[in-house]
Amino acid sequence: MRIEMHPILGEAQWGPKVTLMVDGKAVDAFEGEPIATALLAAGRRVFRHTTKRDEPRGVFCALGRCTDCVMVVDGRPNVRTCVTAARDGMVIETQRGLGHWGTEQILGEKGEQGHA
Amino acid sequence: MHETEIAIVGAGPAGLAAAVEAAQAGAQVTLVDENARPGGQLFKQIHKFFGSKAHHAGTRGVQIGRNLLSEAEKAGVEIRLDTVVYGIYPDKRLGLACDSQSEDLKAASIILATGANERPLAFPGWTMPGVMGAGAIQTLINIHRTLPGRRVLMVGAGNVGLIVSYQLLQAGAEVVAIIDALPGIGGYGVHASKVRRAGVPILTGHTILAAKGDQAVERAVIAKVDSSGQPIPGMEQTLDVDIVGLAVGLSPLAELAWMAGCQFAHVPELGGWVPVHDEEMQTSLPGLYVAGDVTGIEEASIAMEQGRMAGLTAAQALGCLPSQEAEIKKIEVRQRLDALRVGSFGDARAIARQRILSLSVPQGIREG
Amino acid sequence: MESMQEGVLTTGIPSQAELEASPGYPSAAALARGPIVVIECVQDIPCNPCELVCPNNAIHIGEPITNLPVFLADECDACSQCIPICPGQAIFRVDMTYAEEQAAVSFPYEFLPMPEAGNVVQAVNRAGEVLCDAEVLRVQQPRSFDLTAVITVAVPKNLAMEVRSMVRLPRPWSQGQRAGGL
Repeated sequence: MRIEMHPILGEAQWGPKVTLMVDGKAVDAFEGEPIATALLAAGRRVFRHTTKRDEPRGVFCALGRCTDCVMVVDGRPNVRTCVTAARDGMVIETQRGLGHWGTEQILGEKGEQGHA
Repeated sequence: MHETEIAIVGAGPAGLAAAVEAAQAGAQVTLVDENARPGGQLFKQIHKFFGSKAHHAGTRGVQIGRNLLSEAEKAGVEIRLDTVVYGIYPDKRLGLACDSQSEDLKAASIILATGANERPLAFPGWTMPGVMGAGAIQTLINIHRTLPGRRVLMVGAGNVGLIVSYQLLQAGAEVVAIIDALPGIGGYGVHASKVRRAGVPILTGHTILAAKGDQAVERAVIAKVDSSGQPIPGMEQTLDVDIVGLAVGLSPLAELAWMAGCQFAHVPELGGWVPVHDEEMQTSLPGLYVAGDVTGIEEASIAMEQGRMAGLTAAQALGCLPSQEAEIKKIEVRQRLDALRVGSFGDARAIARQRILSLSVPQGIREG
Repeated sequence: MESMQEGVLTTGIPSQAELEASPGYPSAAALARGPIVVIECVQDIPCNPCELVCPNNAIHIGEPITNLPVFLADECDACSQCIPICPGQAIFRVDMTYAEEQAAVSFPYEFLPMPEAGNVVQAVNRAGEVLCDAEVLRVQQPRSFDLTAVITVAVPKNLAMEVRSMVRLPRPWSQGQRAGGL
């Protein structure tokens, strides 16, 4: 949920509207904001699943230290979404485990596409 | 390889204040920060600060931050953002990484102002999306203008828990409760009073047993604890929340000081292991200074004064600032620091700080 | 400090004992004379902007700045400049002489939406409990208050020393909070 008007910070100033493709679905974002906040605003809280026990993880520290929020961004895994700026057309996927380098493993495994 | 006179790691209140003093004294200053914006945690503090006029009392943290940043820019400080200082080497060289490129920065003096990290609290469900640091909540709502949820349980009634709870209300969220395992409230009474007036219950002597939900937090189970901190059977409550904020303490980020080989001391009152420093913020290594929460958790006003001290000392040591002028300014900084370390809240910190100072070796005996 | 046991350190709310022990709290006689400021500062936090802002020197802290503010009721003309400057939002204004049956209580407020004069709001005590409905008499938001509004409400006289805030007004969706997406 966006905080458009704030009693101390005033009116929110956003960059231009852009579109992210998140697990195949279009999600609105503002250019330059962290990918994570666009996802949170869209109601997405699960960003990845752990390697051993497939447990959901999301934002924890929000400043790039803990790596809980990492997702696959434009084919690169382990991207800290809380400190990576959203750009138009970014392709973002829920990360499974440590992620993979190389396109066929990221996009091709059936039944392994991420979900909210 | 780049060179500078004074390299400062961390552009939070301590780093910025150090940069301002050093640059105003005429030193060449390079300020490096891993974040996309400077200011550290200061720009997230939207409440009015305490202290005296000299401490900018009555001014919001965010405004103090803007003023400080403006001073730094006017003084000609070179600010490198999105740049991680990943290493520190014996010849006063820093390893910097930016955009997947590595570079060296050599400095005559280095000031570490790397701040602190939020402590986690482990309980069943703590890893679920929806459980996050209180500082994380503050970053999301005050910098990124996005609420991570609507109904919050805040764990920890120190100043951070109380302040972030108030800020959540300002952001339009509901704070269902603030809990703390201790029998009393650790933060300022006035911060607690603000949220109590706003209808937020503060449950002291309570702990969190679990965060529950399918894929993310949907509820939290809390329980009253006995005098030894153990949950009392039958005193559990389930709260309907989608966020659990953890405000259970901060820990200094002193890795670079460790790497450099600084002498450390364990000071629980100040957050754990801290680099030993003298009154002028010099560590056990000549030319290496520290300032701010990396020296122990206090507050932003103290971080700024320590930063000023470190900046002055570093500039003086390089000959940029005449000794007489430096000494006068340092006395003023010391007075401002002392004024903040009094009273029920400040006394314990003052005593802990004295312990650190007593461990530092006087200038003349230090190894070259 | 025994009086602290039951008060601000355990509940977050200053107890009556703590309030009356504070040199910032006016006497009943002072309250009865007309509009006056009520300083509910009970902890030794290093802080003194109230002393500096008062144009009438009615607040004394001196040094160390952890001293609780000493309030000189006779010097106070209830100009209310201290209310928005207090970082702890611990200062209020009470006018027991406002009307026959009612007192006017002013408190600092930093939430949206801001009420307007004429609105009826729910007045709460220090614990956030609703005590009564109250008409908003005045909302002061000059630039000099730096985004801390001072709201004045009319309440029954017997609640004048209890009412210290109001229930926050609901945020309409149109004012900018949107569920889900953008």
